[in-house]
Amino acid sequence: MHAPVAPVREPLIEGHKSYHNITEDLCSPTEKAPSLAWIIAFVVSVATMTFGLFSLAWTIWFGIGSWNLNRTIGWGYDITNFVWWIGIGHAGTLISAILLLFRQKWRTGVNRAAEAMTIFAVVCAGMFPATHTGRPWFDFFMFPYPNTRGPLWVNFNSPLLWDLFAISTYFTVSLLFWYTGLVPDFATVRDRAVGFRKKMYNVLSFGWTGSAKHWQRWESLSLVLAGLATPLVLSVHTIVSFDFATSVIPGWHTTIFPPYFVAGAIFSGFAMVQTLMIITRKILNLQQYITINHIESMNKVILLTGTIVGVAYLTELFIAWYSGYLYEQFAFFNRAMGIYWWSYFGMMACNVLSPQIFWVKKYRRSIYITFLMSIFVNIGMWFERFVIIATTLARDYLPSSWSYYTPTWVEIGIYVGTLGIFFTLYLLFTRLAPVVAVAEVKHILKTAGDQYIKQRATDNHASEVVKESNH
Amino acid sequence: MSQHTKEVFYGLYNDEEDLLHAIEEANAQHLEIMDVYTPFPVHGLDKVMHLEESRLHIAGFVFGALGTMTAFGFMTWVFTRDWPIIFGGKPYWSVPAFIPITFELTVLFAAIGMVVSFYTVCGLGPGVSNPILDERITDDKFCIAFETDKADLDALKAFFSKTGAGEVHTKTI
Repeated sequence: MHAPVAPVREPLIEGHKSYHNITEDLCSPTEKAPSLAWIIAFVVSVATMTFGLFSLAWTIWFGIGSWNLNRTIGWGYDITNFVWWIGIGHAGTLISAILLLFRQKWRTGVNRAAEAMTIFAVVCAGMFPATHTGRPWFDFFMFPYPNTRGPLWVNFNSPLLWDLFAISTYFTVSLLFWYTGLVPDFATVRDRAVGFRKKMYNVLSFGWTGSAKHWQRWESLSLVLAGLATPLVLSVHTIVSFDFATSVIPGWHTTIFPPYFVAGAIFSGFAMVQTLMIITRKILNLQQYITINHIESMNKVILLTGTIVGVAYLTELFIAWYSGYLYEQFAFFNRAMGIYWWSYFGMMACNVLSPQIFWVKKYRRSIYITFLMSIFVNIGMWFERFVIIATTLARDYLPSSWSYYTPTWVEIGIYVGTLGIFFTLYLLFTRLAPVVAVAEVKHILKTAGDQYIKQRATDNHASEVVKESNH
Repeated sequence: MSQHTKEVFYGLYNDEEDLLHAIEEANAQHLEIMDVYTPFPVHGLDKVMHLEESRLHIAGFVFGALGTMTAFGFMTWVFTRDWPIIFGGKPYWSVPAFIPITFELTVLFAAIGMVVSFYTVCGLGPGVSNPILDERITDDKFCIAFETDKADLDALKAFFSKTGAGEVHTKTI
C-alpha cells in the first residue's frame, strides 16, 4: 500500500532518510557542543543586543528628547522599525497557518523556524510602541482596567488601541501555536537525553507520550489554530495600516493600505525566512530537509508578493494623480522627487524591480542570488515604511513647519539592538529546540521522501510499459 | 501519574502500515487495546481504532463566541452606559469601530480556550511526567499496548508474532 504520490512531484526530503535518520539529523544540533560559527554569531548578537538595551535605557532615563523627533515628524525610526518587524513576523504565521490550510507539504521543512522568527520579531516590534509613549512605565494605561479615575476607559474607537489588541493577540496565539507544535518534538529530544537535559525536556514536553488519542486531538487543535491564525495574521497588518489609513494625512489616508501592507508584510517576512534558512541549513547541515525546492517555493511567494506591492505603489501614484486633489498629488510627488527621494528609489529598486529576476528558474534555485535578494527585500521594505512615515510627515500642509529628520545614535542604537535581540533569541532557539518540525517531517516522509517518489515513478513507468505491451 | 500500577504488554512495529494492519487484526480477534503510541500522527489510525472525532473545535467555537460577546458587550456598555464620549462626531454606539477589537478577542479567547482544553483533556501540562513504555516511540517505533490482566498472554504473543511486531516487552507502569 503506497500513499498516493504524483511521480512528478519534487522530493522535499532527500538522502533516503528513515524515520530514525530524521530524528538523528534534526535533534543532534541540540545535543552537540555549539560550533565556533555559532559562538561567534552569539557573541556578536549579544553585544549588539547590549548596545540596544543601553540605548533603550538612555531613552528611558533622558526621555524621548534623546530622539530626533520633532514637530511635525512625530514618528520616525520608532514606528518605521515597529512596522518593519511586525511585517517580518507575518511570514511565519503564513507558512504555519495558511500553508497548512492549503495542504502545502513544503511548509514542514521551514514552519518551525519561521514561527520562531514570528515570535522573536513580534518581541522586537513591541518594544518600539512601548517606548515611544515616552513614559513606558505608564503603558498599562493602554489596557482597559478598572481604575480610580472614574473609571475612565480607553478609546475603543482608536486604531492605535486596536493595534494594541491585535499585536497582543497575535503574539499570544503565535506562541501557543508554536509551542503546541513543539511539544511532541521536545518529547523526542527528552527520550534521547540524559541527566539534566532529560529533566529539562521532561518539563518542556509536558508529559507527551504519543498516544493515538493525543495525536488526534493535536491534529484537530493544529487545524483550528491554523484556521484562527489565518484571518488573524491578515487582520494584524490591516490594523497596523489603519494606524495610518484612518488619519487625514495626504499619502496615508488611502483605502489601498490594508491589502498593500499585508502583501508587503508577507513579502518582507519571506525574505527574512530565506535569510535565516539559508544560514541555518548550512550551519546545522539540514540541506536534505530544507531543500532547493523549499527555497524555490519561497522565492515564488516573494515574486508574487513583491509584484503585488509594486502594483500597489503604481496604483497609489495613479490614484494620487486621478484624484485631482492637490495635497495628495504633492505628497506623492514629494515622495519620489522630494528630500527623501533616495529612500523612494531604494524602495522601488529593492521591492519592485529586483524580485522580478525570480521569473527565471535558474535564479530562483540559486542560493547566492536568493540570499542577496533576501537582504535587498528587507532593505527595500524598511525603506518603504520610512518613505511612508518620514517623507509624509516632513512636508506638512504648512511650508513654514517643513523640516528634515535624521535619527540620533540612540534611535539607531535601539534599531540595531533589536536585530541583536532577534538573532540572540534565534540562536538560542537553534540550540534548544529542533529547528525543523521532527514529527511533521516524518509524517510527510512517505509522500515527499525522495526514495518513495522515485519508487513510485518507476512503478508507474513499469505499469505503463505493461499496458503498452498488452495492446 | 497513574494512581495504581498496571502491567502492560506491548509490541513495537517498524512501520505505520504494519501497525494499521495489526490493529485491524486485533479488532478481528476482539483483543482490547489499551493504547497505541506513534512518533507522528498516522493517518487512518483513528478510523481503525474507532476513535470518536475530537470535539475540541466545538470548545473553540464556544470560547470564541464568549470572546465576541465579552468584547462587543463590554465596549457597548462602556460607550453607551458607563461613560459615553463623542469621538470624532461619531455616534456613541459606533459598531464598525468595535469590529477590530471584537475580532481580536474572539480569536484570543478561542485560541487560549482550545489550547487549555487540549492540555487538560489530554492530561498534559508543565510538570506532568507520564510513564513512558519505550523511549524509541518518539523516534521510529509504533507501539500497541495491552493490559496483561485484561487479556490472555499467549493470545497476545501469538497476535504479535502473526502481525510482525519487531519486539515484544512487558513493563509495569
